[in-house]
Amino acid sequence: MKFITAIILTALLSFISGLFLPWWCLAIAAGAVAAVIHQKAGKAFLAGLLGVFLLWAGLAWWMDMKNNSVISHKVASILPLGGSSWALILVTGLVGGLVGGFAAITGSFLRSSAK
Amino acid sequence: MLTDENRKILVTFLIFPHHSPSMRIVPFTVSAIITTGLVFALNKQWGSVSPMGKFLSPQHGLWQNAEPEDQSFDAELSFSGLKGRAEVYFDDRLVPHVFAENDEDLYFIQGYLHAKFRLFQLDLQTKAAAGRASEMAGKKAVQYDREQRRLGMVYAAENAVKEIEKDPVSKAIFDAYTSGVNAYISSLKEPDIPIEYKLLNIKPERWSNLRTALLLKMMAKNLSSGTESDLANTNAKSIFMPDELRILYPQVPDSLVPIVPKGTVFNKPGIVPVKPVLADSLYLTKKDMVTAGEISKPDVNNGSNNWVVAGSKTQSGAPILCNDPHLELSLPSIWYEIQLVTPNSNAYGVSLPGSPFIIIGFNDSIAWGVTNSQRDVKDYYEIKFKDKSKAEYWFNGKWEKTIRKEETIKVKGGKDVIDTVAYTIFGPVMYDESFQGADSIGKGRNLAVRWTAHDPSNEGYTFYKLNRAKNYDDYAEALKTFTCPGQNFVFASKSGDIAIWQQGKFPARWDRQGLYVMPGEDSSFMWQGFIPQQENPHIKNPERGFLQSANQRPVDSAYPYFIPGSYITPRGITIDNKLAAMTGITVKDMMTLHGNYFNTLAEDAKGILLKYIRENELSDKEKEYLQIFRNWDLMASPDSKGQTIYQCWWDSLEAEIWKDELSRAKLPFPWPEEQTTMEILKRDSVLHYADNINTPQVENLPDVVTAAFKKAATGLAQKETEGKLEWAKFKNSTVYHLIKDLKGFARSGLQVGGNGNIINAVTHSHGPSWRMIVHLTTPTEAYGVFPGGQSGNPGSRFYDHDIDTWVEVRYNKLWFMREGDRTDKNIKWVMKFSSKS
Repeated sequence: MKFITAIILTALLSFISGLFLPWWCLAIAAGAVAAVIHQKAGKAFLAGLLGVFLLWAGLAWWMDMKNNSVISHKVASILPLGGSSWALILVTGLVGGLVGGFAAITGSFLRSSAK
Repeated sequence: MLTDENRKILVTFLIFPHHSPSMRIVPFTVSAIITTGLVFALNKQWGSVSPMGKFLSPQHGLWQNAEPEDQSFDAELSFSGLKGRAEVYFDDRLVPHVFAENDEDLYFIQGYLHAKFRLFQLDLQTKAAAGRASEMAGKKAVQYDREQRRLGMVYAAENAVKEIEKDPVSKAIFDAYTSGVNAYISSLKEPDIPIEYKLLNIKPERWSNLRTALLLKMMAKNLSSGTESDLANTNAKSIFMPDELRILYPQVPDSLVPIVPKGTVFNKPGIVPVKPVLADSLYLTKKDMVTAGEISKPDVNNGSNNWVVAGSKTQSGAPILCNDPHLELSLPSIWYEIQLVTPNSNAYGVSLPGSPFIIIGFNDSIAWGVTNSQRDVKDYYEIKFKDKSKAEYWFNGKWEKTIRKEETIKVKGGKDVIDTVAYTIFGPVMYDESFQGADSIGKGRNLAVRWTAHDPSNEGYTFYKLNRAKNYDDYAEALKTFTCPGQNFVFASKSGDIAIWQQGKFPARWDRQGLYVMPGEDSSFMWQGFIPQQENPHIKNPERGFLQSANQRPVDSAYPYFIPGSYITPRGITIDNKLAAMTGITVKDMMTLHGNYFNTLAEDAKGILLKYIRENELSDKEKEYLQIFRNWDLMASPDSKGQTIYQCWWDSLEAEIWKDELSRAKLPFPWPEEQTTMEILKRDSVLHYADNINTPQVENLPDVVTAAFKKAATGLAQKETEGKLEWAKFKNSTVYHLIKDLKGFARSGLQVGGNGNIINAVTHSHGPSWRMIVHLTTPTEAYGVFPGGQSGNPGSRFYDHDIDTWVEVRYNKLWFMREGDRTDKNIKWVMKFSSKS
């Protein structure tokens, strides 16, 4: 239950901070969630990663669908990802997810170091 | 190492209180460092790789530029810069139809729309014009930037702004346009900035009248800076005798079909320039070499077609006007389609993002279009400096002071570069000891540039007046002050007049003045005046009922002035032949003519090539190619193999004939025009240039024609194995993004034929940038298409949506909206503007 809550909260807080703040504030969001909802480091990492991955990949997928993949196809051939929209969505999710995951570990250690 | 942003993150974590020292402080610190490092790495530009975290973030980066397919452009906007209310109606191709109460509001909104749909283009083009490309591209653009500054691009734009701001009407319009661009930039939120900014990790910069002037000067450079070859000509003069020069670089081609029909009688010239006494010894027979050359010399194919047929030749009895300007094709397109309406004016056509007005278009009474004059309006003078400081130069028997401008070039990811440019009475000293352009090892002759684009002028005002012209007199009046780049303005009116004026400010030259670098130690070689405006080549309502211009020499040898230039002959011949043969012309006929693939030059060349080829010396494969060529229908159509074989053979032949002659000193040389080569071949079969001077035996014409074919065949066989023998596949026509390296934003492999010397002038990446046909009936019937779309956003369906229409030479019907159409079903979105009190 904690795990799922952490994922949802991470996604939610990251989304809200993204509306007003620079992209990297998701690290603060993921870290804070992991500090408050305490889990072991591995689980915290996974929750942070999944929370942001789902948010970023989900948003990207939604925007890509509405856009009919017009821009993802072009950007994916520049990056280079062979012009694959799916690859770009996946990379988007992973990059955000990695930051979220490491931030969450940090948050988790902060809590355990505070005990 | 830590940035402020990253430090904040760390602090955020550290404010949680520590209760006990028996902690897992080590893993905490390690993971905090990893997180911070990751954020830092993803928030930073690495070489040319943009900050990936920011770029990929769905709420900040590229995904924000993914314009939904059903995006609405409806909006209600208010700005303090507006005087009254205005509405913009967008049709289904996102063409805005702007209805404003007055001129200032009209151009404010044009500026706003240009910025909204083409912001990066505005920014990039004017930064490049001003020699600030290094701010975006880094140190690889420094030499380009130095050249732009040394050519005096900013100086030219500053002179234009002074001229614009002298006239209160112009100033009000340009100010309004600038306010409109800035109104959009101010309202722009960071996630909404164009994707190119995100890729390059830079920010938009505010607009100014100077930047509008810079854009217009960039057009002046593209169209009037590459039309001289003075430096290369100087080298040619040093190896060829004067009579050879006349043969290799003739002023009037044998086959010329000029704009002003042959046989026209010209008045006595209003000014007769006098050749300096010492011209022969100091200039015409002087043998000297120049190593300098331009880095970014504009494409000589920056030409165009326009023509107009009178009511006497059309089925409807109303004139039809056509225009297709040939430029480097780009995404976003150089053109932005728009209709501009006030209670006193109503014009439709294409505008240049970065400038107010409609440049090519029509209104309720007239239509107009432009092609390039190709005239030489830029000369070089050799300067003698007193010393390395470049503070003084020798002129008319004494040391005169230069004005030294210090140029600071900001370089992305590098140190500023400082360059000093000395200005003389002639203009800026473009080449000197420290800068030789394309030649990086030159010893450095000091060459000052005299170029009409530097002279104070207000080209925009011509378009302001043309947008409102009602008849021939208004049109002729509007053109009078147009200075540079010289253009052929084609015209038709509903009252039935047709006309062409070649307009610009052109120096009155004595014979061969300015073909080569001129002495600059006194005033004797300076321009003595300009051709009086009313003597510029022009013609109105010719009896034959049609007029055309296609970058050829505008007049035959009867014209009383010496007018060098980089003229292109073949297209004018094709168009003239076609139009002369037509009667009862319809819009459909004109569309067909725009798409014409006939290769006029090859019509003559084919016979010559077949006459001299020694077939018995060819292999079976070569004979096969020759057979395809023999059966070729002279059409450069997309699937034509004959065109590919012809072009490769011809290029190879030109190299065989000229390369040895011209590469003697490894310096820039002007190649004779292909038209000239063809005419020389046609005239005599004992061409002595055919002999390769680097071999002991004497080659004759059959030798070189056969050798050229064999060389071409090797390349052709290679192309054939790649499946690229068909013309369209061979040339791989591509519309690149403004940043050529962003291949993903380009459209390549277009199934289109044509070539620079053919009416449908599509080369690899250059060609008809806008095709327009206006039938001056009531109501006006107009068609147009450009290879791109209205939006500059690669994430918009309007980015490139007309490319296929353009490839197939199909057209959009242009909707000339009227006051009564405000509720028409063509309207998809409405933007309402009002003034903010």
